[in-house]
Amino acid sequence: MSSKVFITGIGIISAIGNNVEETLSSLQKGESGIGKLDNFSSRHRDHLAVGEIKESDDLLKTRCGVSQTSRYSRTSLLGMIAAKEAMLNAGIIDISQFRTGIVSATSVGGMGVAENHFLEYLDPDDDNKFLDYINTLDCSDSTEQIAAHLGITDYLSTISTACSSSANAIMFGARLIKHGIVDRVIAGGTDSLSRFTINGFMSLKILDEQPCKPFDASRNGLNLGEGAGYVVLESEAAAKGKNILCELSGYGNANDAYHQTSSSPQGKGALAAMQKAFVVSGLSPDKIDYINAHGTGTEINDLSEGLALRQLFGDKIPHFSSTKAYTGHTLAAAGGIEAVFSILALQHKLVFPNLNFNTPITELEMIPAQSLIKGVQINHVLSNSFGFGGNTSSLLFSKITA
Amino acid sequence: MKAFIRGTGVISPQHTFLESNFPETLIETNTNLFRCIEPSYSEYLNPIMARRMSRVIKMGIASALRCMKDANLEMPDAIVAGTALGCLGDTEKFLKAIIADDEQFLTPTSFVQSIQNSVSAQIALHLSCTGHNFTFAHKGFSFESAVLDALMLIDEKEVETVLVGGIDEMTDHNYFFYKKLGRWKTEQINSNSLYTSTTKGSIGGEGASFFVLSKKQTPGDYAELKGVKTIYNPANPGQIQNKLAELFAENNIKSSDIDLVLYGLNGDVRTDHWFTSVMENYLKNIPDGVFKHLCGEYQTASAFAVGLAARILKSGVVPDSILYGKLKPETVRNILIYNSYGNNHSLFLLSGLTGQE
Repeated sequence: MSSKVFITGIGIISAIGNNVEETLSSLQKGESGIGKLDNFSSRHRDHLAVGEIKESDDLLKTRCGVSQTSRYSRTSLLGMIAAKEAMLNAGIIDISQFRTGIVSATSVGGMGVAENHFLEYLDPDDDNKFLDYINTLDCSDSTEQIAAHLGITDYLSTISTACSSSANAIMFGARLIKHGIVDRVIAGGTDSLSRFTINGFMSLKILDEQPCKPFDASRNGLNLGEGAGYVVLESEAAAKGKNILCELSGYGNANDAYHQTSSSPQGKGALAAMQKAFVVSGLSPDKIDYINAHGTGTEINDLSEGLALRQLFGDKIPHFSSTKAYTGHTLAAAGGIEAVFSILALQHKLVFPNLNFNTPITELEMIPAQSLIKGVQINHVLSNSFGFGGNTSSLLFSKITA
Repeated sequence: MKAFIRGTGVISPQHTFLESNFPETLIETNTNLFRCIEPSYSEYLNPIMARRMSRVIKMGIASALRCMKDANLEMPDAIVAGTALGCLGDTEKFLKAIIADDEQFLTPTSFVQSIQNSVSAQIALHLSCTGHNFTFAHKGFSFESAVLDALMLIDEKEVETVLVGGIDEMTDHNYFFYKKLGRWKTEQINSNSLYTSTTKGSIGGEGASFFVLSKKQTPGDYAELKGVKTIYNPANPGQIQNKLAELFAENNIKSSDIDLVLYGLNGDVRTDHWFTSVMENYLKNIPDGVFKHLCGEYQTASAFAVGLAARILKSGVVPDSILYGKLKPETVRNILIYNSYGNNHSLFLLSGLTGQE
């Protein structure tokens, strides 16, 4: 059993880059990936700002090294790319050297394909050409394909708790290691854009047609995005002698128990999740150097999260930003993607800017980082991910002390 | 990692909810599809709220609340759900609405309810439970992951009780899709002849089973849940045997200490050999039972099996209707469950409690 869980590898793909290197470059240059929807048709196409990966499924297949005729959902392909990068980054060549698991998260799985063939599925006389894509609606489909791509068989699980899913996957993975179930876990999440989610969020009237403005007084909703982000978690024994990126020092999940889609006004669940993460890590809030906030850009989330931060940090709020204006809200992948951002902040002593911010929210008077901050000492980063169903999660990443 | 099962709440195709006629009067089906016997929800849900809720959410909440009552518990420290397909009915509804009106005039209700963690979230809302709240969605590992999460939570510091469940519904559409995929038998059979069938496919089922797991034992507890193991895509039955050995070693028992094995045999000639092989090679001469002729095949059917095992251990009675082979155990102390859904195989170990009437 391991008392500590280390992170030894990261992998990512999103609207701001196809790998860690491209991602870091975009984050540093302040280059947002928000733009028009190109990859598929939607009635709302001209009234949408999305964080889309500008590569077709065929290109992604090439990137994965799988055949063009293979049947993978976009969600699986994105997950395979990011998880593989994380594994290589961790220097894992022999997967069987330690007991290795995967805990992956997704919200709509392969909806992007299945939604186009739904009427065919219902038709008894259909030629069933796309029938096998029905299985991609099962959240475990992408997990099992990523596992096969990486050769993982020892432990597999899938978490789906809306927009906090992959933060929960990372948390669950860390606990599996601490309880000695496995020695290493590839954990994170993947989601691709679909008409299903676009229309869902549109019906909730929380999409901004313009690039989102997290924590700004004039914020007007979120932008959807797609992508995948994974980390490699390892026990002390498995990580011995390796290049350790950081420690996953704390984590916490709680529930707002307030409303199915809306956060509680005072951010009760958000506060509870952060407090739990501090308890697990043994750290106090004043040790935090940077917060990667959930900050979706919706009226309710940003106010509620901000109030929770105020309650926890008082007047001494550390550097914070939401990176959603770079990538859009990648739903179940957001926790994994932002875990990678948090680790990059630690590694490179950076605070990434909260793009599109002008005016603080009156009730909060909180000003996020507005430009890239370089060369600051960053020892501890807090990352928040909140989801529908009142699900609130916080992760704490810490530089390891030699 | 262990926990006591303090309460159960099971909605299934059998009369399990109030246990009034279970297992005395068994329900059978001739349609290759088992649907749950749904309780009257008015005792558990405000009718105005219930009208807006989808069927799977209502089943989930009612079984969870029934379980809490059975455990005589007001508030759990955490809620963990396993559901492979989540709120599929609402997913289908919203998808059809998108297609029918070309992405116009949509209302958010079915989208909001389609989200996979709706059941655990709605239970949290209903109980005002602000604790840890996870939903696992991995085919035949959904309930297994939820139980492992619950056992780890109980092993960690603060958590004393966890409400954990396995929920899946079989919608008409999904039954039809799975039919196309060859998951059901093409000929209609009676559910009681499931195990003598020699054809491909099984019969469909569904259910919502919740359990209160507790760190401490209290009078009236059902059983002790002593472990859960998963085996992904095994190459041969020897891999099942390896996990069995692990499970037994962790609990200091031998296979001969097992009094009853509940197998997830589902009548599908393509996969049942896994069970018979383990039965004949590794768990020989141990009384065996089955359960899918009672609940049908679905991703979280193992939750039904855990409910059945808990009931047997508390009552000390093994119903004849679940016996598979000729052997019937005289006393039941340890029950092993071996289930699978596709290439997701799992094991559970439960033990009875001493000092119980």
